[in-house]
Amino acid sequence: MIYFDNSATTPVREEVLETFCEVTRKFIGNPNSLHQLGFNSRKLMHEATRQVADLLHVKENEIIFTSSASESNNLAIKGLLDFYPNRKKLIITTELEHASILETLQQLSEDIDVKFVKLNENGKIDLEDLKAKLEEEPLLVSIHHVNSEIGIIQDIDTIGDLIKKYPKTFFHVDGTQSVGKIPLALDNVDLFSFSAHKFYGLKGIACLVKKEKVNLKPLISGGASQTIYRAGTPSVALIASLAKSLRLILNEQADNYQKVEVLNQKLRDGLKDEERIVINSSLSCSPYILNFSILNTKPETIIHKFDQFEIYIATKTACSSNETYSKALFALTKNKNISSSSLRISFSSRNTIEEVLTFIKILKEEIL
Amino acid sequence: MERVILIKYGELTTKKGNRNFFVKTLANNIKYKLQDYSVTISSDLSRMYISFNEKDLNKILEQLNLVFGIHSYHVAYSCPSDLQSICDLLTETVEKEHFETFKVVVKRSDKTFPKKSNELAPIFGGVILKNKKNIKVDVHHPEVVVTVEILKDRTLLYYNAYQGLGGYPVGSQPKGLVMLSGGIDSPVATFLAMKRGIKIEAVYFESIPHTSLEAREKVITLVRKLSKYTNTIKLHIIPFTEIQEEIYKNVKDDYVITIMRRMMYRIMEKLAKKEHAYAIINGESVGQVASQTLHSMYVINEVTNMPVLRPVACLDKLEIIDIAKKIDTYETSILPYEDCCTVFVPKHPVINPTLDQCLKEEAKFEFSNLLEKAIYESKTITIKNQDVNEYQELL
Repeated sequence: MIYFDNSATTPVREEVLETFCEVTRKFIGNPNSLHQLGFNSRKLMHEATRQVADLLHVKENEIIFTSSASESNNLAIKGLLDFYPNRKKLIITTELEHASILETLQQLSEDIDVKFVKLNENGKIDLEDLKAKLEEEPLLVSIHHVNSEIGIIQDIDTIGDLIKKYPKTFFHVDGTQSVGKIPLALDNVDLFSFSAHKFYGLKGIACLVKKEKVNLKPLISGGASQTIYRAGTPSVALIASLAKSLRLILNEQADNYQKVEVLNQKLRDGLKDEERIVINSSLSCSPYILNFSILNTKPETIIHKFDQFEIYIATKTACSSNETYSKALFALTKNKNISSSSLRISFSSRNTIEEVLTFIKILKEEIL
Repeated sequence: MERVILIKYGELTTKKGNRNFFVKTLANNIKYKLQDYSVTISSDLSRMYISFNEKDLNKILEQLNLVFGIHSYHVAYSCPSDLQSICDLLTETVEKEHFETFKVVVKRSDKTFPKKSNELAPIFGGVILKNKKNIKVDVHHPEVVVTVEILKDRTLLYYNAYQGLGGYPVGSQPKGLVMLSGGIDSPVATFLAMKRGIKIEAVYFESIPHTSLEAREKVITLVRKLSKYTNTIKLHIIPFTEIQEEIYKNVKDDYVITIMRRMMYRIMEKLAKKEHAYAIINGESVGQVASQTLHSMYVINEVTNMPVLRPVACLDKLEIIDIAKKIDTYETSILPYEDCCTVFVPKHPVINPTLDQCLKEEAKFEFSNLLEKAIYESKTITIKNQDVNEYQELL
């Protein structure tokens, strides 16, 4: 089996799963119970939260655990809008965002204004255009760190530096495709989403980093929980598993990056001479993602063909697979052919050069 | 180019007779702090030198910033004590330094050196001006004081000065027991007591089930944070529930806190004798609450002859908070868990208690056995300044 869909999700790391099982078995108390069992769970939850905070260089009380990055994104946007009803209901974003941003904004479109920042040809946002839009004092700028389809990396530090000058504007970053993969500094970021299952963690646990100065109204109301921003009995086991998967991935981040860069380059080398193939991810993109189009083909067909060889790849992102063409790619290329025939290879450090070579061989012999 | 850290002592230079002991204590404390690094420490009666690996420098400086008894420290270049070598060293090093204005200070402790300090300063200043562009001398408010110390065996040159914590090295005084409730004041009192060289052990009065397990965790966290200014701190946890309940049952309402404090002081004294400590330390601040008026202090203090040190007695709350923030205990202190001083608070505690009334109240119940029992049942844990993560394997 060759698994090249790691941006959709990764297999869980054995030690992380062990943590989940052990905590589930041994820490039976609700962390909000007053008794010793509750205390034990609470203490573990605090330790895990502190570990996550330390790893991200933020404070413990700035960590909100959620069920998914989509929930984190929803909480960031809706929570802000609800808490600051008197601010200008304008949100600035890009056309390259994940569905959990774009669909959420679509859902709210009757009540708010949404403006898209211009992109330059390699997909990075146009800072001059952002500056101009910031003059309108939007409530929120929400921009991905790494785009999930093409792998475009936004310079969130520079963007955050710009936004900092506008005290009425918050900056949300969707870091789902970047945590554990590329270096990260949250100094200039107000809100930050990520999810554990993208770095060998479990599905069902994610995080929204919310800086102290930012306020949110919860989406889910109820009793005390891990934070006041999300009610519901916290899953200490999932929280512990996230802390562990984050620690382990950050430990190996630099090594993994180098390894994946080699895989990415090998794949590029294998694709570059094919006439029908257009590589959509520029060299400045995250090496974890390589997006290319096989012109005049239906990507679904190709994915099913690869299935027969136990090779698993994607078209667009898993969360928007049902549409006929890639909105993100179209925004970037303005080319229907390219954006309706795109495939996404997404690596993990567990992939090997042999796998890449096998993939290229099968692509050339069986698909093209 | 080899560099050495030069440490200048704080107030201990005034200790003539036993200066040796102070210096040794300081050297030991520094050794403990730097145990993870490969360093060589040498000292004489006026200063200390640390040779180190360049890669560890920042970490080492961070650690030195936590040691009491250091007045200031400098990262210095060294060279042989002759004029040419010193000028060469200046030429070589000045480029890397960033400043626009400077002055030169020359200290010539080797009086056999052919030129005097006031002759040397202009020579060195000239070398600097020749080798660095766009800078000028400012003798009143220089950005950098370039210091050249000419010693017998070598000359030291430094461009920087780091302020140390001052005070005396911890351990240069015997032990003191500090009453740590978990509030803002007592950690600050602990810090200030350590600054005078007192070796600290902490005492926490616990009233489970009236106080939560979190309250204890909070005190442990505070002790851990404080322990970075020394090596380890022992924490004695005194089970106080029974005494507190007896007080509550027998003593008239407005005297509950006064009597409780008298009981605590009695326990402190007994424990101090057992642990060979010579002072009780606490975070009382005059007038802050009913039990901290002078009248209250007077009747509460009456139960012991031991010195009771109240380092923050005359500080305003805001001044205390400032220090608490500096030593990173504030955020922990304000966590909202009830401690034994807040669970049984009467509506109107007496502000001017009298000794007579205290004695009357205390005659209502038998407490000496309870005090002994509390000490007997106390638990002691040793706390290090590492963020120990009990769940390391799980996480």
